[in-house]
Amino acid sequence: MAGNDDIIVVDKLSKSYAIGHQADGWSGGLRHEIEAAVRHPLKWIQRQRAVKEEFHALQEVSFAVKTGEVIGIIGRNGAGKSTLLKVLSRITEPTSGRIEINGRVASLLEVGTGFHGDLSGRENIFLNGAILGMSKVEIQRKFDEIVAFSEVEKFLDTPVKRYSSGMYMRLAFAVAAHLEPEILIVDEVLAVGDAAFQKKCLGKMQEVSRSQGRTVLFVSHNMSAVLQLTSRAVVLDRGRVRFFGPTEKAVELYAGSSGADSSVFFPANETPREKHGSQAARFISFRFDRATPIFSAGEDFTFFAKVRAQEDLPQLRFSLTVYSADGQPVGSCFGAERPGLSRGAETEVAITIPQPRLAPGRYYCGVAVGKGTNRTGQVDFDVVFNTLAFEVRADEGAAGTVAGWHRNWGSIVFPDLIYS
Amino acid sequence: MSQRLIIEAGRTERQYWRDLWRYRELFYFLAWRDFLIRYKQTVVGVAWSLIRPVLTMLVLTMVVKVGKLPPGGVPVPLFVFSAMLPWTFFSTAMSESGNSLVNNANLVSKIYFPRLVVPASSVLVSLVDFVVSALFMVALMIYYRFVPPAQVVFLPFFMLLVFAAALGIGLWIAALMVEYRDFRFIVPFVVQFGLYASPVFLMTSQFPEHWRPLYALNPMVGIIDGFRWSLLGGENLIYGPALVSALVGVSGVLATGLWYFRRTERTFADKI
Repeated sequence: MAGNDDIIVVDKLSKSYAIGHQADGWSGGLRHEIEAAVRHPLKWIQRQRAVKEEFHALQEVSFAVKTGEVIGIIGRNGAGKSTLLKVLSRITEPTSGRIEINGRVASLLEVGTGFHGDLSGRENIFLNGAILGMSKVEIQRKFDEIVAFSEVEKFLDTPVKRYSSGMYMRLAFAVAAHLEPEILIVDEVLAVGDAAFQKKCLGKMQEVSRSQGRTVLFVSHNMSAVLQLTSRAVVLDRGRVRFFGPTEKAVELYAGSSGADSSVFFPANETPREKHGSQAARFISFRFDRATPIFSAGEDFTFFAKVRAQEDLPQLRFSLTVYSADGQPVGSCFGAERPGLSRGAETEVAITIPQPRLAPGRYYCGVAVGKGTNRTGQVDFDVVFNTLAFEVRADEGAAGTVAGWHRNWGSIVFPDLIYS
Repeated sequence: MSQRLIIEAGRTERQYWRDLWRYRELFYFLAWRDFLIRYKQTVVGVAWSLIRPVLTMLVLTMVVKVGKLPPGGVPVPLFVFSAMLPWTFFSTAMSESGNSLVNNANLVSKIYFPRLVVPASSVLVSLVDFVVSALFMVALMIYYRFVPPAQVVFLPFFMLLVFAAALGIGLWIAALMVEYRDFRFIVPFVVQFGLYASPVFLMTSQFPEHWRPLYALNPMVGIIDGFRWSLLGGENLIYGPALVSALVGVSGVLATGLWYFRRTERTFADKI
C-alpha cells in the first residue's frame, strides 16, 4: 500500500479513551478519589487495576497520502475526525498503530490558537508564529506579507481584543497561511468568518497546495469546500475508514449517511450567508438532481432548494451565480417571480439553468431567494454563498473541442462558430 | 529538507529531548508573552514588581521591630529582605508554573509542543521579578552602607537551588492540576502557611532546639538560611541539617517532578 512518494502513511491506527471513571459517577475531584480510597480501600485498588470501559475513537484506521495531494476528511460529528487530526499533529498519542510522516507538519486545528487579547496585533503575530512552529527569523522575514494579507495595517499596535471578529480572524489566518510546512493539517478553519474571508482562505489553501506542492489534510463539514479543494477524501464513520477515494464519491457516501436521500445534499446552515438579508425566507438545504455532483458540458443544470418562509410571502424569486473553483464568478441568472409561501411553510423548488454550457472544471454556486425583478426592484431575503459544488466533465465524443478544454479558454463553451 | 517522524504509542519518549531543543524559541516567546500581559492596562506597570515586595518588607520590618525579634546583627530591612528574595521568588514561581498548564489549556489541546516548555517558562517570568527585587536589595545595602561578606560568592548556588525547588514543585502541581483542579485551592494555602514555616522574619537559631530537626525538613529553611548567610553573614548561620534537607529535598522533588510530568504528559490533551 505504501509507495515511495507517500508523505503520510497511517497504518492500523487506533485511539481509545477510558470512560470507566465517568461511569462510576466520578466527577474529577481529589476529594472523591481520597474518600473512595479511604472508605473502600480494596475496591479502590481493584478499580485502579480494573480494565476500564473504553471508547474507541479510532479503530484500525489506515490510509496513505502522496506528496502534494490535498485530502479531505469527512464524517459526521463524533466519527473521529478531530481525534485523527490530534493524533496526526501529536497532540495526543495513539493507543496502537503507527503513523509515518516525511516532512514538517503544521496543524491548524483552530484559527488563532494562543492569541492573547491584551497583546497587540504585532505581538500576536510573533507569538502565534512561534506557537505554530515558526522561528523568529522566519516570522520577521514574512511579517510584511502577513500584515498585507490580513489587511489590519492600521491596527497593528492595537490590542486584538479591540478588533472586530473579522479582523481577528483575518490576522489569525494570515499567520497560519504563511507557515511553510510540507504538510498542513486544517480543521474546520473555514467554519468561521464572513463569505469574503472564506473565499480568501480557500484561495490561499489552493495556492498552497497547487503552486507550492504542499500536502494538505483538510477536515470540514462544508461539502462545497471539500469538493473544491480536494481530489481524494477519507470518510470516517464511528472511528473506522468507511471509504477512501475520489472526493465526489466520498461526498456522495457521506451525504447518504447524513440521512438525506441519495442525491448530494448541502445543508444551508453550515455555509456562509449574506448578513444583510432580511431572512423573511430562509434556505434550509440544497441538493442536486443526481447522486454524484457531476454534469456533462451540454446538459441542463438542475438542483433543488428547500426554503422556509418566516412570514407570509406572496411571491418568491430565485437567482443564482455560478463561480469557478478559484472564486471567479462565471455567470448569473435570475428567475421570474413565482407563487410564494405562507408563514411557516416550507417548499422545495426545482431550479434549472437550461444548458449553461460550462467548460469542464469545478464550480460552486451562490443562491439567493427574494422578491421583485430587475424592473420592479429586487430585495434578497437570504443569500447563501459557496454551496452546491459540482464538476463539469468533458463530453466524450462531443462535437467541437470540449473534450480537450484548456483552462485559458475560459469557463463558458460558446456555441460552435458560424461562418457567413 | 524533510525529516521523518514516526508516531506510535510510547514513541514520543525518544524524540522528546530533541523536540525540547527545537521548541526553545517557544519557551522564550511564552515567557515574553506572560511578562507583557502581566502589566497591560496598569498605570504603574513594571513598578508593581518592586512595589509589592517593598510593601511586604515594610510590614515584616514592623513585625520584627514590634515583636522585638533579633535581626541577626544587621539592619532589620536587610534582614527581612534577604529572606524575602528567595521566598517571594519561590512562592510566585511555584504557583505560576503550577497554574500554567491549566491556564494554557487552549494551547495544550490544540498544538503539539513539549509540555515542559509551559511550566519552565513560567518560572523564567518570575525570575524577572527576582532580578528587580535583587536590584532593590543592592540599593538597600548601599543605603545602609552594608558590605556583604566574602561568602557572597556562594549566592549563585543558592539561587540555583531555589530555582530547582520552584520548578520541581511547579512540575508536580502543574501535572496534578490537569486532573485535580483542587490544587488551585491548595497552592495559595501552602504559600500562606509556608511563610510562617520558613525563617523569613525569624532566624532558624531562634526556633526551639528540639523542634528544629522537624523544621529543617522544609527545604526552604536551608535555602533561605543560605541566602541570608551569603548576603549578610555575621550571626546568620546555616543550620546543617536544613542544608542537607534542602539539597536532598530539592533534587528529589525536581527528579520526581520531571518523572511524573513526563509520565502523565501524553494524556494532558485528553484530560485538560
